[in-house]
Amino acid sequence: MNRFAALLDRLAYEPGRTAKLRQMTDYFRNVPDPERGFALAALTGALTFAHAKPGLIRTLIAERTDPVLFEMSYDYVGDLSETVALMWPSSPSPGGGGSLAEGEWGGVKPQTPASPITPSRTASRSDLPPPGGGEESTPSLADVITTLQTLGKAELPSKLTHWLDGLDETGRWALLKLVTGGLRIGVSARLAKTAVAALGDKEPDEIEVLWPGLVPPYENLFAWIEGRAEKPASGDPARFHPPMLSHPIGADDFSTLEPKDFIAEWKWDGIRVQAAAGTCPDGRRVARLFSRTGEDISASFPDLIEVLRFDGAIDGELLIVRENRVQSFSVLQQRLNRKAVTAKLIAEFPAHFRAYDLLVEGDEDLRDKPLTERRARLAALIERLREPRIDLSREIPFADWDGLAHARANPAQVGAGPDAEAIEGVMLKRRDAPYLPGRPKGLWWKWKRDPFIVDAVLMYAQRGHGKRSSYYSDYTFGLWRKGEAGDELVPVGKAYFGFTDEELLKIDRFVRQNTVNRFGPVREVTHEADQGLVFEVAFEGLQRSTRHRSGIAMRFPRISRLRFDKPPGEADRLDTLMAMLDAAEQTPSSGGRVLDPAAARTGKRKGG
Amino acid sequence: MRPESLLVPTPAGLCCPDGGFHIDPVRRVDKALITHAHSDHAKPGHGAVLATRETLDLMRLRYGDGFAGTTQAVSYGETISIGGTTVSFHPAGHVLGSAQIRVERGGLVIVASGDYKDVPDPTCQDFELVPCDVFISEATFGLPVFRHGDIGAEIAKLMRSLALFPERTHLVGAYSLGKAQRLIALLRAAGWDRPIFLHGAMEEITHYYAARMDLGELRAVRDGAKGDFAGAVVLCPPSALGDRWTRRFPDPISCFASGWMRIRARARQHAVELPLVVSDHCDWDGLTRVIPATGASEIWLTHGAEEALVHWCGTKGLRAKPLHLVGYGDEEEVEVIEAATAAAAPDAPTDGSATDEPA
Ligand SMILES: [Zn+2]
Ligand SMILES: [Zn+2]
Repeated sequence: MNRFAALLDRLAYEPGRTAKLRQMTDYFRNVPDPERGFALAALTGALTFAHAKPGLIRTLIAERTDPVLFEMSYDYVGDLSETVALMWPSSPSPGGGGSLAEGEWGGVKPQTPASPITPSRTASRSDLPPPGGGEESTPSLADVITTLQTLGKAELPSKLTHWLDGLDETGRWALLKLVTGGLRIGVSARLAKTAVAALGDKEPDEIEVLWPGLVPPYENLFAWIEGRAEKPASGDPARFHPPMLSHPIGADDFSTLEPKDFIAEWKWDGIRVQAAAGTCPDGRRVARLFSRTGEDISASFPDLIEVLRFDGAIDGELLIVRENRVQSFSVLQQRLNRKAVTAKLIAEFPAHFRAYDLLVEGDEDLRDKPLTERRARLAALIERLREPRIDLSREIPFADWDGLAHARANPAQVGAGPDAEAIEGVMLKRRDAPYLPGRPKGLWWKWKRDPFIVDAVLMYAQRGHGKRSSYYSDYTFGLWRKGEAGDELVPVGKAYFGFTDEELLKIDRFVRQNTVNRFGPVREVTHEADQGLVFEVAFEGLQRSTRHRSGIAMRFPRISRLRFDKPPGEADRLDTLMAMLDAAEQTPSSGGRVLDPAAARTGKRKGG
Repeated sequence: MRPESLLVPTPAGLCCPDGGFHIDPVRRVDKALITHAHSDHAKPGHGAVLATRETLDLMRLRYGDGFAGTTQAVSYGETISIGGTTVSFHPAGHVLGSAQIRVERGGLVIVASGDYKDVPDPTCQDFELVPCDVFISEATFGLPVFRHGDIGAEIAKLMRSLALFPERTHLVGAYSLGKAQRLIALLRAAGWDRPIFLHGAMEEITHYYAARMDLGELRAVRDGAKGDFAGAVVLCPPSALGDRWTRRFPDPISCFASGWMRIRARARQHAVELPLVVSDHCDWDGLTRVIPATGASEIWLTHGAEEALVHWCGTKGLRAKPLHLVGYGDEEEVEVIEAATAAAAPDAPTDGSATDEPA
């Protein structure tokens, strides 16, 4: 458990993806079964057990510490698990600490090596034995998890006490987070699986495919990855199949492509998912919904799971449809943001599955067949299903690229009707293409609608994290509005990407040379009508927001260009965005998102 | 006599009217007894200074030759009579030359401990327990959540990261006097035998230490070529982390060695990637071990978080009160604040404390 805790501790502070991967792979390489398997389960969120209540933790610590000291400490630290982990007496005798044995003077805690740390303890081993506590009194993660899954409520306090006595500060912290369900690891399930795959030069997708059929502690998985055993059989009838992804199309690509070789579909602005369902040998029905990376998101969408009455795997888009209207992404976002899936939430945000492709039907894997054949089978399957929550993504008729460009610019007029606001562009798919996992060249293309752009003024800059910690790389920018004493800038958004490394250096230099105020890690930068830095900011949409002083929130803002040439006085005004919003809200069911070209005229669509 | 008349808290610091001296005065005084060379305890400009040889040397390195009118070196244990009081200096285990100052008059003994720790430190003499009637203790880490733990495990954490990321510079923020040299000694003991690089601000002090103990090969950052820093340990003042100065290093990992790193929110606030819990002050366990062991019936507390210790002393039947001396702080915080003020000056050449380094 101390080793696992040390890993969590390192992951919590490590900002970089590759560094996180290396930490995890190193852990999986050096920690034996079944310990590492339970760690993988914890990292991927695959564990279920009843969580301990914070009240229990408070009771346990109250029995061991002075209440006044506890309150002062909790107040200072601000986190219950962390406070308790630090205050827990390190010797098993409650109320310990404080008394000093005669002759122990010169004063060392028992666990500290008396004189210089010996080299053998450190250099070669990548995982050290836990300090303090004998080996047998230190609980393993495997002990903890298997015990928690079977333990009665009444036994929990004494068990927890015993474990806490055997762990170090970090170990106690991780244990308390784990048992209270407050473990936030800062890595995705996908990243953890990627780290496992790296143990044996496997692809993470291979693990995703097997994943639904595997159970902790995954000894068969590790055995296969390390080349000690055959690949585990996947008997699961509702498996994930790594999805096929597209390339953004560039202006030069069109001349090399034949319109008649392709079908076009709307690119829906929902979340890409895969619905898989089937029947187990024992007759039990299984249905699952996977994210694009293979994460099982079934629990969040019980309303969809119950209508997946087919055998196979379908690639599609998850949308919210109210009264036959596809809602914008911001509406879907509201459902995704809620943790508890209640009947009210389901009624308010009805989930819908729009099908793009059929990968498997019954026992038949269709992925080698051409798209036209898969689509015909898909259409027939959906026809048979007669399920209003599942429909087929329609084709966009077009004769040439100009025709498709027209459709892309005017989805409302070209068949999408009022659903146009939930469209973020068009997809092009080769008619004869098989379904290939990953991002194969030349088969699928995405042609997104142009983003909105606005010229805004840099107001505040903050230092970044990790590699960017010595750079001012997070920017708050503003637009002009009428204030009491003439025009003033009001912050409208934050962006921390979209620029090149070279541009980052330029902005950083500008920030340092034009700082007018400091607030901790934040610098206020000169922003006068004739002095300051203008950014061209690209964004995908707008929403009203009471949380922002400007009254609006931008979706997906990023810096698209530096305008050192432009005086800040010539940057855009807040009114411009307000007009875009007003216009959008006059179109029904917009959900506040601006996509209507009529509205875009008042703002600017970035030119092709 | 009452202890409050032997040592009196004044705006200039702790004053002994009978001896006519102050201990660690924060304002200029005629006669100063100085516990150790950290800048919140050792100010320049006093008339006469009595301190250990090392403390005097370190003050000279920091402030230059004329840092005091006259100086007198005192050895640990040596007794000196000053105006009816008897004074002696005893190892505090905090940094090289650090001392607790024992003041006696008419059988009443007060020990002003300055800053101290009771765990071993290869770069300075071990803390000595000095029996007394009144013990003046720091309370920098005066909350039970501050438990510095096993320092070997912290060094092992750094060594493990060095092994896992052999291409990245490990940039370790550590206070320039004491902490940096202790880290070097611990790394050497753990088997790290590559050259250790030093930020310009800590070269002089470290070489002073190195003349007294084996710290292995030390090199100045400014003498290093770009390729030298891959997988190297580079020590710098905490304020230099996140500075433009760090850009010369390949993909640096920012490490910070401090007792404050025990608290996650604190570590995150500093954007630290590898927090190392290493402190030259007592943790809570240390404070609550030492205080009763001195035999003192009365405890005076300085440096910050006194409230919890006052309460704890109460539960042990010890009288305790905060001294509310102004001007003392945790040396790391002091360094960060000083660097920030320097950088805020309109034409500061660089962004932080890296004043003696080209940007
Ligand atoms: Zn000090
Ligand atoms: Zn101090």
